[in-house]
Amino acid sequence: MSDWIEACKADDIDEEDVKRFDHGGRTFAIYRSPDDEYFATDGLCSHEKVHLADGLVMDDIIECPKHNGRFNYKTGAAKGAPVCVNLRTYPVKVDAGKVLIQIG
Amino acid sequence: MAGALSATPSRRDYSLVGRDTQLAVDNGLAAAEWYHTEVPRKQMKELMQRSDGPALRDTIIWLGALVLSGAGGAWFWGTWWCVPFFFVYGTLYGSSTDSRWHECGHGTAFRTQWMNDAVYQLACFMIMRNPVTWRWSHTRHHTDTIIVGRDPEIAIMRPPDLIRVVLAFVGVLDGWHAMKDTVRHSAGIINAEEKTYVPEQEVPRAILIARTWLAIYAATIALALYTGSFLPLMLVGLPRLYGAWHHVLTGILQHGGLADNVIDYRLNSRTVYMNPISRFIYWNMNYHVEHHMFPMVPYHALPRLHELIKHDLPAPTPSILAGYREVIPAFLRQLRNEDYFLKRELPPTARPYREELHNDKAAAAAE
Repeated sequence: MSDWIEACKADDIDEEDVKRFDHGGRTFAIYRSPDDEYFATDGLCSHEKVHLADGLVMDDIIECPKHNGRFNYKTGAAKGAPVCVNLRTYPVKVDAGKVLIQIG
Repeated sequence: MAGALSATPSRRDYSLVGRDTQLAVDNGLAAAEWYHTEVPRKQMKELMQRSDGPALRDTIIWLGALVLSGAGGAWFWGTWWCVPFFFVYGTLYGSSTDSRWHECGHGTAFRTQWMNDAVYQLACFMIMRNPVTWRWSHTRHHTDTIIVGRDPEIAIMRPPDLIRVVLAFVGVLDGWHAMKDTVRHSAGIINAEEKTYVPEQEVPRAILIARTWLAIYAATIALALYTGSFLPLMLVGLPRLYGAWHHVLTGILQHGGLADNVIDYRLNSRTVYMNPISRFIYWNMNYHVEHHMFPMVPYHALPRLHELIKHDLPAPTPSILAGYREVIPAFLRQLRNEDYFLKRELPPTARPYREELHNDKAAAAAE
């Protein structure tokens, strides 16, 4: 099992928003839901490798800023054209005000 | 006359499976990183926010006007009084569907996704654009805007075929091609170019929709024959032709006469100030630089986006008329020199173009 990596402070991300996190040559997107829960996915859209952190979070959806492809950021599921391939998701926990993700 | 207006063979290969396709890839123009004006995240989030209200209001007005004008045209059918009603009906059917298709395809018009999907399907039928193949062609258009060999939605290729441009105002060629495509898709045939941008798993839906449409058009023609009247066709199908004028009028200005093979929307797209009626029909797509730079921003927020970033954009074209005053001479000049284009000047407050990313020969051809 991989170690937990600190991605950011919990209050670095507004509710219903997303933040980019780069680590080890990879990029991730960290989400804070309207219910104040945290989630993490791959940072690039599976369609054309655009940073999802520039997109729009609506409820449990992240919309890609380039072609408006939609994913459920809680499950990584692609929700329709032009995205067809799901995002990989990562376990997240908040500890002492810090958001930690477990990168496999 | 025809010889003066017709295109000579182009040195550009607009095929999506041709010489310039590979050239675009080799030159780093395919799926490139495009210039964006910096907008603070907080402001961009506000601009991207979705709402059902504006699009519901506009859709109620749009459908209400369609029903009333169509009913008026049918009521006065056989008299000259039907003409103004069909003028309005045709414009709403054959032109405002261009923007409804577009905005709902982006999924930005409504917050509620099924509303986007419903208006998208209806508008696609009216504008005769297969909702599957055109969704994917438009995705490519945003990835590779006006990149020769990559963008399937370059409306006016160089040198411009001005006869084709004029015919587009009455939808003749577009309507003919749309019907041919519908028949072809109904037969289960996806051509080589479509295969470059439509995923295989989407093909069955494209075929099903084409067959459904064909059945609707067959029923309309049967009704016209049965009643011995042209009226059913005036209400379904033909408005795509006689009402196309406005979407062509505005659409030509989106990119017409500007640079190709550049990766800065400020160079290849045009923002035009327009009257409120055109903006209603066009759903604010006159803010075209802004739309391409930030496609997440809904149509109703584009004027606010324009105010926010105009310091970094070329001066907007002040009117439709002003747009044609620059586009027509540019088209005529491209008949003699297809490398000619209108180079946009930036205000002193703007970040400069990255000339090294642009086509050197094309830059030299501009004035």
